[in-house]
Amino acid sequence: MKNRSLHELSKGIIKENPTFILVLGMCPTLAVSTTAKNSFMMGIAATAVLVLSNIIISLLRKLIPDTVRIPVYITVIAGFVTIVQLLMKAFLPELDKALGIYIPLIVVNCIILARAEAFAGKNNAWYSFLDGLGMGLGFTLALTVIGTIREFLGNGAIFGFKIIKNIPMPAIFVTPAGAFLVLGSLMALVSALTRKKTEIKDCADCPVQCETKDKKGESR
Amino acid sequence: MNTDTFKMIIYISFGAILMNNFVLSNFLGICPFLGVSKKLSSAVGMGVAVIFVMTLASVVTYLTNTYLLVPYNLEYLQTLTFILVIAGLVQFIEMFMKKALPSLYKALGIYLPLITTNCAVLGVALLNVQYGYNLWQSALYGATGGLGFMIATIIFAGIRERLDMNDVPKYFKGLPIALITAAFLSMAFTGFKGMFG
Repeated sequence: MKNRSLHELSKGIIKENPTFILVLGMCPTLAVSTTAKNSFMMGIAATAVLVLSNIIISLLRKLIPDTVRIPVYITVIAGFVTIVQLLMKAFLPELDKALGIYIPLIVVNCIILARAEAFAGKNNAWYSFLDGLGMGLGFTLALTVIGTIREFLGNGAIFGFKIIKNIPMPAIFVTPAGAFLVLGSLMALVSALTRKKTEIKDCADCPVQCETKDKKGESR
Repeated sequence: MNTDTFKMIIYISFGAILMNNFVLSNFLGICPFLGVSKKLSSAVGMGVAVIFVMTLASVVTYLTNTYLLVPYNLEYLQTLTFILVIAGLVQFIEMFMKKALPSLYKALGIYLPLITTNCAVLGVALLNVQYGYNLWQSALYGATGGLGFMIATIIFAGIRERLDMNDVPKYFKGLPIALITAAFLSMAFTGFKGMFG
């Protein structure tokens, strides 16, 4: 029991890291990671939605008919995203402006729907809570690492504090191209460390896509 | 057509296709961009499906927002309403296509379920509201945004088909080299930003 709890919590952080290993939720990862602070806050917002929706979906899993489960999941997730969005608008207006439409776009973040489908719909509330928390922390960690690297290389700063002052830094790292570059290099590093070839999983765990993938496989 | 309308058409379409490309500069729709770009044919199919859905979704969400949410001060339900409207719309298109246009369904059908969770579609709905576009502007932004997605994905698929034949460093094989390629593509598109000063 205790071991299982620990496993559910820790797996998301390194072994099944949503960004580097599962390759889910790429849009916010690339878009908001211009500074360490933005990435960190985006990670926290996504974690909050993930944990809450995981708990609710897990509690409702016996009431939700199987055929309409995806729309129900999306509605639950959208509800929590709206709550987070309104709270952020009220208490952190500056951040809300910086993250812009990427906050409402948490709804379509593959990680959240994938965890609902793959985990919360099948396990009890306690494990779902731990799974959501672990995955959320893994996502936050990955985002913060990317954000810190991009902010440091592009601006010479970390979390807004200027470290390198007199040398001009290559601004390419804060542009969209820098996001692809940093993420690509980090993924190569991860695959070198884990000695495994990183395969494209095209949002492999997204429930809506499973069907599609099977069909594609047949046609080949 | 007066000059202002013409200016707006140019501004919206060039903005969505080149300067602020949905994929390469707004990062909307990255999953399908990476997922279906292994083969040129699937990139074209997905591109057409995205243009189609984005245009329709822009129109439908605009109407929902203007005639349902705004009059009753329910703007805070935008996220929730839009995603449900889009999910319903995609489902409806799929059913309609299956019945009425089976040949088109055969070509595009497999891409449709992927589109509900494509952030470009929800993104365009939210951006239309944010920019305050009216009905035809929303539809144009949706269509050209989809076109931008298609162009980026097709170029990317072309590059990746060739990349397969090259000798890529061991740990960069697969996704990492694809992302680095996307970085260079994105750099090229950044060049368009100076087009209108």
